[in-house]
Amino acid sequence: MSIAARDVASASLLDVAAVRRDFPVLDQEINGHPLAYLDNAASYQRPTQVIDAIAHYYRHDHANVHRGVHTLSHRATEAYEGARDKVQRFINAQSRREIIFTRGTTESINLIAAALGSQLSAGDEVVITHLEHHSNIVPWQLLCESRGILLKVVPINSQGEIELDRYFDLLGPRTRLVSVAQVSNALGTVLPLQTIIAAARERDILVLVDGAQGIAHQPVDVQTLDCDFYAFSGHKMCGPTGIGVLYARESILQTLPPWQGGGDMIRTVSFSGSTWNDLPYRFEAGTPNIAGAIGLGAAIDYLENIGIQQIAEHERRLLEYGEAALADVPGLRIIGTAMEKVSVISFDIEGIHPHDLGTVLDHQGVAIRAGHHCAMPVMEFFGVAGTARASFAFYNTTGEIDQLRSAIDQAIVMFR
Amino acid sequence: MTMPMAGPSLRDLYRQTVLDHSRSPRNFRRLEHPDCLATGHNALCGDKVSVYLGLAGDRLEDVSYEASGCAICMASASLMSERVTGLSRPEASRAIDSFVARFDPGSMHDDDPADPLSALATVREYPSRIRCATLPWETLRAAISGEHGTVSTE
Ligand SMILES: Cc1ncc(COP(=O)(O)O)c(C=O)c1O
Repeated sequence: MSIAARDVASASLLDVAAVRRDFPVLDQEINGHPLAYLDNAASYQRPTQVIDAIAHYYRHDHANVHRGVHTLSHRATEAYEGARDKVQRFINAQSRREIIFTRGTTESINLIAAALGSQLSAGDEVVITHLEHHSNIVPWQLLCESRGILLKVVPINSQGEIELDRYFDLLGPRTRLVSVAQVSNALGTVLPLQTIIAAARERDILVLVDGAQGIAHQPVDVQTLDCDFYAFSGHKMCGPTGIGVLYARESILQTLPPWQGGGDMIRTVSFSGSTWNDLPYRFEAGTPNIAGAIGLGAAIDYLENIGIQQIAEHERRLLEYGEAALADVPGLRIIGTAMEKVSVISFDIEGIHPHDLGTVLDHQGVAIRAGHHCAMPVMEFFGVAGTARASFAFYNTTGEIDQLRSAIDQAIVMFR
Repeated sequence: MTMPMAGPSLRDLYRQTVLDHSRSPRNFRRLEHPDCLATGHNALCGDKVSVYLGLAGDRLEDVSYEASGCAICMASASLMSERVTGLSRPEASRAIDSFVARFDPGSMHDDDPADPLSALATVREYPSRIRCATLPWETLRAAISGEHGTVSTE
């Protein structure tokens, strides 16, 4: 973050106690201890505002969208399309036609892999990085099998940062797409998107950004980023599960064939052939996740109301505090020490398997993730089967990090 | 506030026997020329176990393994090797069935305190960890049946 942004943010600190009152789930005991929910990279919790928006919709407004002439259908359509407008504003897309609702990041990436993939031929290349989540690896591997494309992987260094020089080398005449995470879920590394995207655009290569771990931590402006596709999930930004977004540049989207067929994505259907609906509906076959979209819209309102800059500043403090709190734990190694990181600390402790640690911490009320984090190549690179991962959200406190530290100390007493 | 649930204590899950076997696993080695071998994975947590058998007729004369995994998995493999060494194949199969059945939902298995395997009894209370305990045994089952393959507890 720039110094100027830091000054602005520290001028109005986040009122964490007030924020926490919005999250009923945080107010409970687990195994006799206050819950310290530090597994936010896996999924965020939801504020009352989001829960209420969904409940309100089901209590008062539910009907199918884009179909009926009756009042409820109008209301449901308005709420659903209103959520699309919020997403458009939130990521500063040029047009609402560029916002496609999906099931989540995974489905967004698979949509592009299918639609764009149908236009690729044997020998075409897709570039990803060694940091990717499985959902940004496997769809391309499937294309390798079905269409004979080649997958090129940008290597990483021992801090968990990508090797930019090698990236530039991998861009060649057959490179059709660069598909990269904004932030690594396993390590917290922030990727140098501007450099990555600029180099690709210079060579007329399309860029997909997996924003699953980026969207809740920093303001996202797809026009400034200048990417062609941006994918994210509602549940990683205080929204519901089962809803996500694919942003796609309209000029590119116009050239892609439909993905799934069904209702809503067509204009006319006859047995001699069908015609396709306009954007974005062409890519939304079937009755969509209406409540999910409405909940996502409420989550956007909520985050904007708090202020993404303030969120980023609070999380930066938590990361700093967390790294300091763990620094002198005997045998603890932080895995992923990139210069640019979000509030994720992946680590292992000599002599304690991450799964055992996860169980012991749970007994102290501390929820962390233990395992490979759907990023097995990253684990392989660091020579571990898995790591323990604490990931902080804006509603976490330094007190919870103290609770993490003391639970780790207890685990060490137990296992050594 | 929801009421805290009275769960099993950590010391029940990680009993001294479990900690001891996980720190110093018995029979932890690779057999160069096994009569049977199998490898098992727990994809969820990355646990991996390879079981090697040296047979004398129908008896498991030599049972060894290599494993990387959590304390529950390591202790289970170690205790297993001690339990089944010297058994005939059918006896070992019964031992596997009986061990795995301990973790069936609603299992009424009474945990004989004199049985070292009872040290793993509390794993039953931790559904996400049951596979850690059963992986070595399922791998042994594959080795006994002579399938040279990979088993997975997922
Ligand atoms: C970087 C990254 N990409 C993609 C995904 C997949 O998201 P979802 O499971 O919501 O589709 C995740 C979720 O963990 C992630 O962290």
